[in-house]
Amino acid sequence: MQITALDRKIIEATQAGLPLTPHLYRSVAEQLGVSAELVIQRMAAMLEAGVIRRIGAVPNHYRLGYRCNGMTVWDVDDGRIDEMGERIGQLPFVSHCYQRPRHLPDWPYNLFAMVHGRSEAEAAAQVQRIAEVLGACSRGHEVLYSSRILKKTGLRIGG
Amino acid sequence: MDDMDRRIIDVLQQGFPICDSPYQQAARELGLTGQELIERLRRLLTDGVLSRFGPLYHAERMGGALLLAALQVPEQRFDEVAGIVNGFPEVAHNYRREHRFNMWFVLASDDPESIVEVIHSIEKNTGLEVWQMPKIKEYYVSLRLKA
Repeated sequence: MQITALDRKIIEATQAGLPLTPHLYRSVAEQLGVSAELVIQRMAAMLEAGVIRRIGAVPNHYRLGYRCNGMTVWDVDDGRIDEMGERIGQLPFVSHCYQRPRHLPDWPYNLFAMVHGRSEAEAAAQVQRIAEVLGACSRGHEVLYSSRILKKTGLRIGG
Repeated sequence: MDDMDRRIIDVLQQGFPICDSPYQQAARELGLTGQELIERLRRLLTDGVLSRFGPLYHAERMGGALLLAALQVPEQRFDEVAGIVNGFPEVAHNYRREHRFNMWFVLASDDPESIVEVIHSIEKNTGLEVWQMPKIKEYYVSLRLKA
């Protein structure tokens, strides 16, 4: 979708968060000097086109009790990577699953899957389950647990 | 955080209305008034339980780009390097991970060329190599976490 100049202004006005006012789209509209109807129409269009993935709450994983957030990385047989990526992505506890390039010899891993556990045991069980699904397709893996959120603002444009 | 807060987080991770009185509409499903929902959201944001409440924009769908990148930062320079990396508005999030690749961040921009520029700037300002981990294929992305 080609975003318009107004879309860009709406993005800049809302990317840090929506106003906590009862008629929030009117608040955004006033700020931009356009009608609330137009803001509502453009935001609906951006949601429909996927420019907005969704509108809503973005929780801090740690504050919800997910202490063990692991980026699991796997060295998967290239011939089976798509099949395995789809299968791992469908596991209920995997929040993100991507194929990414290896950087040999330092980084042999081409499949990334994020897991989130409320305890070390829960996260370890999730890693174990992925290992079982991959079986002999995986030649090695590591789990990179996050220990600190250094920044979490999301996309910022302009400014 | 009480059960209602948890319900709010679960329900509002699924979406939020685009209409004239969106809080009131969302609150109805939760058995709250619009004003009660606003007050609870304000508290959850202030307390840091929510890092944000609003639209999640998709850089690639607006003609921009996203890139996951990693650094191997010497321990004694970690905070200094985090400050440099976080100083770029294109850095959407950044996590410390327990590994020799100990800093992982996502660059997001509506302008793909600015991503390349930021990588060069980070390398120049830190003296460290930025390891680029672009997405080749996306198999699954969920946007929710059970509260």
